[in-house]
Amino acid sequence: MTFGLAVLYLGLVILIPLAGLAWRSAALGLEDFWQIATDPRVIAALRTSFSTAFIAAVVNAVFGTLVAWVLVRYEFFGRRVLDAIVDLPFALPTAVAGIALTTLYAPTGWVGQLFASAGIRIAYTPAGIVIALIFIGLPFVVRTVQPVIEDFETDVEEAAALLGASRLQTIVRVVLPALFPALLTGFSLAFGRAVGEYGSVIFIAGNLPYKSEIAPLLIVMRLEEFNYPAATAIATIMLVIAFGILLSINLLQAWSRRRFGHAL
Amino acid sequence: MPSDVRVPHPDAFRNPVTESAVARGTTIAIAVAFLALVLILPIVAVFSEALRRGLDVALAAVSEPEPLAAVRLTLTIAAIAVPLNTVFGICAAWAIAKFDFKGKTFLITLIDLPFSVSPVISGLVYVLLFGSGSLLGPFFASAGIQVLFAVPGVVLATIFVTFPFVARELIPLMQSQGSGDEEAAIALGASGWQTFLHVTLPNIKWGLLYGVLLCNARAMGEFGAVAVVSGRLRGETVTMPLEIEILYNEYNFVAAFAVASLLAFLALVTLVLKALLERIYGRDHVTGAGH
Amino acid sequence: MGIIETDSAAAAAVDKALPGFGSALFRSGSVDAVGVRIERVRKTFERFPALHDVSLDIRPGELIALLGPSGSGKTTLLRLIAGLDFPNEGAVYFGDEDASHKTVQERNVGFVFQHYALFRHMTVMENVTFGLRVRRRSVRPPKAEIRKRALELLDFVQLAGLEKRYPNQLSGGQRQRVALARALAIEPRVLLLDEPFGALDAQVRKGLRRWLREVHDRTGHTTVFVTHDQEEALELADRVVVMSQGRIEQVGGPDEVYDHPNSPAVFSFIGESSRLPVIAAGNRLDFADRPIGLDAQQVRDGAAVLFFRPHDVEFAEPGEQAIVGTVVGSRRTEGTRQIELEVGGAKHRVDIEIPVGHPATTRSRIAFRPRRWKVYPVPG
Repeated sequence: MTFGLAVLYLGLVILIPLAGLAWRSAALGLEDFWQIATDPRVIAALRTSFSTAFIAAVVNAVFGTLVAWVLVRYEFFGRRVLDAIVDLPFALPTAVAGIALTTLYAPTGWVGQLFASAGIRIAYTPAGIVIALIFIGLPFVVRTVQPVIEDFETDVEEAAALLGASRLQTIVRVVLPALFPALLTGFSLAFGRAVGEYGSVIFIAGNLPYKSEIAPLLIVMRLEEFNYPAATAIATIMLVIAFGILLSINLLQAWSRRRFGHAL
Repeated sequence: MPSDVRVPHPDAFRNPVTESAVARGTTIAIAVAFLALVLILPIVAVFSEALRRGLDVALAAVSEPEPLAAVRLTLTIAAIAVPLNTVFGICAAWAIAKFDFKGKTFLITLIDLPFSVSPVISGLVYVLLFGSGSLLGPFFASAGIQVLFAVPGVVLATIFVTFPFVARELIPLMQSQGSGDEEAAIALGASGWQTFLHVTLPNIKWGLLYGVLLCNARAMGEFGAVAVVSGRLRGETVTMPLEIEILYNEYNFVAAFAVASLLAFLALVTLVLKALLERIYGRDHVTGAGH
Repeated sequence: MGIIETDSAAAAAVDKALPGFGSALFRSGSVDAVGVRIERVRKTFERFPALHDVSLDIRPGELIALLGPSGSGKTTLLRLIAGLDFPNEGAVYFGDEDASHKTVQERNVGFVFQHYALFRHMTVMENVTFGLRVRRRSVRPPKAEIRKRALELLDFVQLAGLEKRYPNQLSGGQRQRVALARALAIEPRVLLLDEPFGALDAQVRKGLRRWLREVHDRTGHTTVFVTHDQEEALELADRVVVMSQGRIEQVGGPDEVYDHPNSPAVFSFIGESSRLPVIAAGNRLDFADRPIGLDAQQVRDGAAVLFFRPHDVEFAEPGEQAIVGTVVGSRRTEGTRQIELEVGGAKHRVDIEIPVGHPATTRSRIAFRPRRWKVYPVPG
């Protein structure tokens, strides 16, 4: 009975709206769709969205793993507080993050000031977008890698040391490869989230067409013009890619299970 | 060495299979610096900017009619979306964790969908659904109900985007707990509802609480989806995040940050509650296998 | 009577199965075995004393077992030899060298963990060659040589042909053999094993036990292994170190430790035992205020405890001094019957073994004396 209820709710809330999207997309016609899809401005926006998301996800992969390692393996004053703070991007509204980051990295802001004297602008450029996306994606990497480090058997590290490996060799050859699947998952999650991010980006982005305009913004603009076909087309492209990312994460999980005999 | 001289070994307390103290210290410093820069600085900036001209100015800004209306609307939306999604989340997690059925993976993927899709697209689907020339728009219009660019639309869009939160928290938790307890209860003669109330619910209550907290935080803070369906009628269809945007674009920074502080404060409370829950009841009872 | 009689047929089968017989690497005595000396070692973990003033002399090339219940300190001691922990006091010597200040990497010991600790993301070949591949350029053999050695080792541990597999594709017994090959690859001076068969089921355990002894005899390494299974220790080891609560109770060959245990801890841990509180008076022993016809073994007068093995008893003729009890339980074990007797007015119980056909039933009265026994004074 509860199952039936769940299905009904699911249908109402998700399936029908998605069906609407699919229906509208289909109504577009392939030629029109293609025209919109190959518009230079659209392509530039997509490129901005995906490249900034990629860079941010890479930064998060590196530093997020570092943070996860430090939180699990070391004891130091304030560790618990930092551990709790990692979840901040999950709890903080994107608009709040957006205006805070803009104020910080604007030429008059606390951080922006330091760079302004060197002639580097962060806010209102793609660099600003990357900063915002780093904020958004960090917990995805940390919370995915953290449990893996926690469950890591230390006897393997001892075994490596006994065989003569230095600590650095142990970390590079034994620990990191074991963490890699989780890292990849975290990276994909952060990347997927960053691609579609809107609220925290539009304040800091500058939104200059062809330069620092993100795809979701383009969708919003088309909607405000009531140009539903264009908005739908761009949205469909983004959805297809999001689906692709979800799928690849699942495939990754399956591969890891086959290869190493355990899930991520 | 004389047999009765006992000299403590200098290395007695060093763990031989870990990084040197220097490496540890450096790594900790880097991690802390990174977190401070990326996470702590922004939230400090929110409060600092709000209080730039003093507490009374900030409070006055928040008490203006439009921000107040925004707060009212945000609270209303949360009051509708969170309970609905909570009930659904429990049902779905129950079904997924305790049973095996065809289409289970499909259900799980569907639940994950709003979580991984851009909020703007989420808003878009509702525009397509209820806007002019759509399937349902004319139907509701003729009944005198305006969905899009009015409160109902905002509520629906919020439900859509916050819908996975409770389910995602509960599914791994209930999966790791297994159905042993429930089976025992049913074997002892309890009905389905009794089992749920007295066996399942107590086991998941802390995970449930955390899921509800996150759902609420997102419901109150959702921006992208709401921006698309809202129509931005001040005093009517403007939620707190939208109000922040409007104030900011009007260069009314103190007011914008003042409203933002309210939401930032809510975020901090959410984090503190989560940390407390984990501290008291242990990680396993709050989160399942990580996010 | 010995403890475990060698099954010559089984030994022959194992012998036949072990290839690599003539391999240059594994001719008997080709390894420069080194002795290990542990001198007055003390180890404390956060105010919990794990080892108190432990000293031990391990001879080159011997196979020695550290035996004891959990908490006895045996694993701690092993880890101190390996360098995984440092002692609070005392020193560990490999031969004449003080190894106490050497890092774990420098000690060149082979270590086999209870749960194998194989590198899951590496193939069997990569696991086995790991120790050689991480060496500094100057001491690293060429790639072809490394591979050759690894293949020989895999052959030696009977895993030829499995070098491309991943650990999760192997059984428990196979994984443990990979772990051993990996440890041997670095040509260690000493081989340490921490409950190596603890995670395997009984059948596999028995087979691998014998095989380990064969491996040791072929390679000649000084080998130390930790176990809580006394059967395993007695079967495999040249000498057994019985430990209890952070101290060494007794060191000796399997027969010595079984037949002449020097403390209650050793007697009760090794083999089956029954015990009774007795009084030593002069050179006789009294139980329940009656002499029981046993010599006091020069224990000082006063309270003492009597230990004997259930199967090492004889029935007493009527009128002879003996321990008298009432049967309260009976159990059939392989080839014999074990009965539980209430003695001393139902305040104590002991187990003894009687022949299968004996007419005793519940509530029968039995009078017996141990044929061999040990008496230990009660301290204080």
